[in-house]
Parts: sequence; structure tokens; C-alpha cells
Amino acid sequence: MNTPILKARTGAGSGFPTLLGKELLRFWKVSFQTIAAPVITALLYLVIFAHVLQDRIQVYGTVPYTAFLIPGLMMMSMLQNAFANPSSSMIQSRVTGNLVFMLLPPMTHREIFSAYVLAGIIRGMAVGCCVWLVSLYFITLPVSQPLWILIFAVLSCGIMAILGLIAGLTSEKYDQLAAFQNFLIMPATFLSGVFYSVHSLPPFWQYITHWNPLFYTIDGFRFGFFGIADVSPWQSLAVVAGVFLLLTVFALRLLASGYKLRT
Amino acid sequence: MWRSLFRQSKDPGFQALDDISLSVAHGEFFALLGPNGAGKTSLISILAGLSRASSGRASVCGFDVVDDYQQARRSLGVVPQELVYDPFFTVRESLRIQSGYFGFRHNDDWIDEILANLGLSDKADTNMRALSGGMKRRVLVAQALVHRPPVIVLDEPTAGVDVDLRRSLWEFISRLNKEGHTILLTTHYLEEAEALCSRIAMLKRGRIVALDNTQALLARMGGGNLEAAFVQIMNSDTSDFLEQHA
Repeated sequence: MNTPILKARTGAGSGFPTLLGKELLRFWKVSFQTIAAPVITALLYLVIFAHVLQDRIQVYGTVPYTAFLIPGLMMMSMLQNAFANPSSSMIQSRVTGNLVFMLLPPMTHREIFSAYVLAGIIRGMAVGCCVWLVSLYFITLPVSQPLWILIFAVLSCGIMAILGLIAGLTSEKYDQLAAFQNFLIMPATFLSGVFYSVHSLPPFWQYITHWNPLFYTIDGFRFGFFGIADVSPWQSLAVVAGVFLLLTVFALRLLASGYKLRT
Repeated sequence: MWRSLFRQSKDPGFQALDDISLSVAHGEFFALLGPNGAGKTSLISILAGLSRASSGRASVCGFDVVDDYQQARRSLGVVPQELVYDPFFTVRESLRIQSGYFGFRHNDDWIDEILANLGLSDKADTNMRALSGGMKRRVLVAQALVHRPPVIVLDEPTAGVDVDLRRSLWEFISRLNKEGHTILLTTHYLEEAEALCSRIAMLKRGRIVALDNTQALLARMGGGNLEAAFVQIMNSDTSDFLEQHA
């Protein structure tokens, strides 16, 4: 045969930046739904709960209820949106069949993991920042420990983005993902101390709450604002970092195995 | 391209491929034919890394699809059978994204050339949702070519597309073949395979039942066209062919 022998093009870089960019572009293109809608939801919670409870409850002795509520609402919005980004992207790609475009290129499981999780973290942080900005209309929060705020925001969004990735990988239909969201994520976020201090609960529920990792994300995040929390911030950091690492290992193994991706 | 390949589904009662052993030379225009369910797409999925063979080995340009999967996938461009697309993006965005997945982030010159050759230039900024089925099929072809793979796999690329696209697609693919790209084609349009492909393999129930140069195969089957040869081979006892070519 007289045709030249072709070889694969050289000089290729990593597929990670493009996958990350695509995941960011995906939520940015529908930012009214992915950013504005959760901010409005948080705002409604804030208006209703603050209006009803502002003059009746004080937390940590001196913190007004509205101020106490805002970091909780920020974190709840961040957690839910960090989860939603990779899970919705993965399930939509699976259902429409375009997941194949990501599976054909030579991307490693680490690249895929990093892109999906980082995009989820960025969406969560974007929503959190918007909730914070809107809350300034009601009250200006103190910022006692900014580094703690940042660490807990990133790690907490990371945990939920990884959970979202796992949910997206393991779900084959929208209702499976909805079950994951409605029976696991939603109760865990609502029962994590968004709206109350854990010390206001009966002992049994306090005990149960301490087994919920999301409680530590919110409690540690609040510590960054008020310099005071229900449990030690170091304990919260240990739990949050530990869960993040465990989920990272699990998700990486799931991706590497090709579970429900490659037959 | 692949040797001694066994593809077995997880269901122990069903084996999609059975003792397939063949290689496709560099620069060949090769047809893989067979009825629905013969195992063509399973074979392609193994080459592309979408499925794993339960035993045996497959390689693309000498790169094992499991042990050296990154080089193997860089060498391969696959046009999938299903009409799939990402509804969030325009045609150009889809191509840039696909190119970036392969690590080529500044690839607009080549993307423009592909768009022009596939008659997509005026649709470059159109959202994928707004395209007709034929246009979406063209984009699938374009996506398979963004990284200039030496091996191009076309899994029924002309299913449901108009005459105009077929002609322009085959002109473009033939040109790529003349430039040295290896083409592996599956199709149910046997006249296309007869006109374009220098060698043909026929699969039946996961086994190769015919493998020869196109002209030699036609001559052996009585000198008719490929459709007649295909029907004759598919209706004959598989074991006869296997015994003759053992």
C-alpha cells in the first residue's frame, strides 16, 4: 500500500481543563436556574424564618437568630448545588447518550473526577457568595475567622460534589437520582443544624445529629463567622476532611472500575 | 487491529463475540458487515474502550486498548451509531470541547476545515438541538475527526441521512483514506461497502463467516454484487465457511 502510515497527533495536553470548562459553561448557560433560583429559595427561608423567630430566639447567648441563620442557609444552598452540578450533568449525559463523548477520549479517571468535583465546588461557592451578598440587605455578618470559612466552604462543597458524582455514576434513571436526593441529601442537610443550634435539641436527637457529617460542615462554617460553635472547629475539620478523603477514594475507585460507564 | 478476541456479556447465557481474530492494515478501507446483533458494535466498543473483552486482546496502531488505552484512544476516532449530542452547546462549542478532551485546545483551523468539508460552516453557531437529524449525524462525524485520528471507525454513519450528505461524507472520508487514514466501516448499505472498501469481513452471531478482498469475495460467491453475496453467506451454514478457512 502506497499511503503514508499515519500516527496519532502529538503534543496533546490534558483533557481536564476542557472538561472543567464544559461543566462550568453548562451551569453558567442556565445560571437563572442554577444560581438565581437557589438564591431566591434561600432568601425566602431567610425572610420567613427571620421574621417569625428573630425576636424569640438568640443563639450562643448573644447572636441574633437572623445572623445565626444566614451561614446555615449559605451552607445549605452550597451543599445542595455542589451536589446538583455533577449529578445532573452525569445523569443527563447518560440519559441522552452523550456520555460517550467523554468516554472515547483518553482522559484518566483522576481527570474526570477532578473536573466534575471542582465544577461542583465552584457552583456551590458561587451560590454561597450570592446568598451572602443578598443577606447583606438584612444584616451584616461578622467575619471572625475567614480562613475557616474558606476551608469549610471548599471541603463541604467538595464532599457534596463527590456525592453528586457518585449518585450520577450509580443512577441510570432520573427517579433513582431523585430518590438519592430526596431520601438522603435533603434530610441530611435539613437535619444538620441549618435552622437551629444542636443544643436546642433533646439529647437523643443531639446524639443522632452528631452522626450526620453535614452537621460538622455547617457548624465549622458558622465558627468562621462567629468564632463560636456547637462543637470544636478542629473536631468539625477532622470529620469533614476525613469524609472528603473517604469519598474521594471511593469515587476514584468507582470511576477507575468503569462502573456503569464501560460494560 | 485485534486478535483472538472474545467478547462476553455479563449475562453468562449470551456471548456477543466468539473467537474473532483479524487485523486491519494501515491505510485500509475495511468493511465490517453483518445483520443486526451480529456483534459489529460490540467489536467497535471493545476497540474504543467502551466495553471490555472477557478474554483476548485488541490493539489500535499497536497500542493495546487496555494496557495502553491512552495512546490507543488517541489513535481512534469513532462515529457512534446512535444520534447523540449535548443540547447545551452549539456545533462549534461541541467540536472545541471534543477536541479539548483529546488535549487539543487551540484547534480552530482544523475544526473549520472539518466544518467546511462536512457542509457545516453555516451551522457552526447553531445549537445542537436546532439541527436536523442529518446535520446532527454530520456533527458526529466531525467530532470523531477533531483529533485527526489515524484510524476512523464509522458505525453506520449514513443511517437516515440524505443523498447529499452521503456523497459529501464519502468524498471526505475517501480523501482521508487516501491521505493515509485507516477506515473501518459498518453499514447496512452494502453498495457503499462494495464501492468503497478494499476488504470485507462478515460477522454472523459473533463469528467471522467471511473475510476477503472485496473482488475476491464477490468472485468466489458467483460474481454478483455484494448484496447477493451477503445473503448467500448469511444463509449458508457458518461451520462450512469456518471449515473451509480453518
